[in-house]
Amino acid sequence: MNKKQKEQYLRDYGTLKAQGKPFFPYAVAKDSAMAVIVMIVIITMSILLGAELGPKADPTSTTYTPRPEWYFFFLFELLRVIKPPALVPLATIGVPTICLILLFLLPFYDRGPERRPERRPIATTAGIFVVFAIGYLTYLGAAAGPPTEIDIPVPANVRTQGTTAVANFKAGEQVVAQSGCAACHKFGENGNSGPGPSLTRVGARLPAQAIQRTLINPTAPMPSFSSLSEESPKQFQQMVGFLAALK
Amino acid sequence: MAKIKLPAPPSNPLVSPKRPGKKYGPSGPLEHAEEGAVSAVGWIDERTSLSGGLRWMMFRKVPKGTNWFYTLGSSTMFAFLSQAVTGVFLAMYYDPSATRAYQSIQFINNEVFLGEFVHAMHRWGSSVMVILIFLHMGRTFFFGAYKYPRELNWVIGVALLVMTMTMSFSGYLLPFDQRSYWATIVGVNINGTGPLVGPYLSEFLRAGPYFGATTLSRFYAIHMLLVPGAIAALMGFHLYLVAKLGTTAPPWIRAKAPEALREEKIPGDS
Repeated sequence: MNKKQKEQYLRDYGTLKAQGKPFFPYAVAKDSAMAVIVMIVIITMSILLGAELGPKADPTSTTYTPRPEWYFFFLFELLRVIKPPALVPLATIGVPTICLILLFLLPFYDRGPERRPERRPIATTAGIFVVFAIGYLTYLGAAAGPPTEIDIPVPANVRTQGTTAVANFKAGEQVVAQSGCAACHKFGENGNSGPGPSLTRVGARLPAQAIQRTLINPTAPMPSFSSLSEESPKQFQQMVGFLAALK
Repeated sequence: MAKIKLPAPPSNPLVSPKRPGKKYGPSGPLEHAEEGAVSAVGWIDERTSLSGGLRWMMFRKVPKGTNWFYTLGSSTMFAFLSQAVTGVFLAMYYDPSATRAYQSIQFINNEVFLGEFVHAMHRWGSSVMVILIFLHMGRTFFFGAYKYPRELNWVIGVALLVMTMTMSFSGYLLPFDQRSYWATIVGVNINGTGPLVGPYLSEFLRAGPYFGATTLSRFYAIHMLLVPGAIAALMGFHLYLVAKLGTTAPPWIRAKAPEALREEKIPGDS
């Protein structure tokens, strides 16, 4: 906006304001009505939905689902949409940081005098796109499958090693399922494809030693399983064995 | 001896002078109470001059065409106030220690009168506030209300949005159940991957390299002192700017010159 446009705006706005109504009581009445509606909605939600408490936090437990509050789903899903591991830092913070900077600086790069949405095609399109993107990612987050279900056929090489090997494989599968690994990793048909890499054939890529090291000292944002290895080494070894057998 | 005329003592409030337009002074308890209230307000105003500011705030005009979309900002503020009030009641019973936090929430839910109701109001109120702040921002964006001269108010608004999300994030850990614990660990780890400040930020949030006993009290301090204080201060400034610059008119409303200026209209001109 140049000086002339600014003056024009202030003049037009002054006219509109002079023709308007006083804040009290006209706008105050509308605001109060809206406040009552907000209060009714909050009270209705709290009566219908309650404030249920899950089981107590247990750092040594392996049964959990890292799921944020629903309005963070879109940030969480961004991690899944951007697949290659090299780009994960970009997804976790890079994209949100850039979006936030763009949001902060919006009035400084969009300086046109036009305010009507239908005459600002770029801004309106971008806005609608962002609304739909956030809505879609939130939907994906809400629809993500339960991460405690893994059903993988026993590999042939495990089956040939006898029943103990198969039993160990099954036990490891259960530990992995309960640990919620599938929230971020894919196991055959189960699990979510991201933020973590697919583990369907992790045994072919990494030896058991490397898997164990990664579980104890993972790259962020994956949580460490070092407490599990200290609390119940047997379960931890079953977990490592199961992952190493996935070929 | 010359007579000294003493200044009259302050008038007795029970026989105060009559007000203009009235035959007698106040009579009866109701009128005395009214008189007292007026003089109390006058006493405060004489020392603070608040009435001017209040008049400026309340009797400013809102432009023609203002509609229901313009209530989203004030209802976001109302949701924040509701969070503040319910939060104060929860803080009376909550214990931010890793060993007792969960039990204290259980106590609120099961023992305290209306405890679960207030807890639920706080929990779902956060969702309502996030929805309202996004709607308010959408209205501001699509109406082009962030443009001259309101750029600074947009920047403050985005800061308020970030702080609201910080409130949700820090509050999520406080019940200290499995879901909140592990979601927060992953969330803090995600913060840690950020450029430059990322590792420092997550170490600040955790109060050390690992999740420890002090992490919970740190989240509690952030959730109920640091961020709400900043939100209240910025909200005040946001409101001041709204009152100073005025709310925008809907963009499709055109300014028509007042009748007095249109006398020179050419006949036949539409």
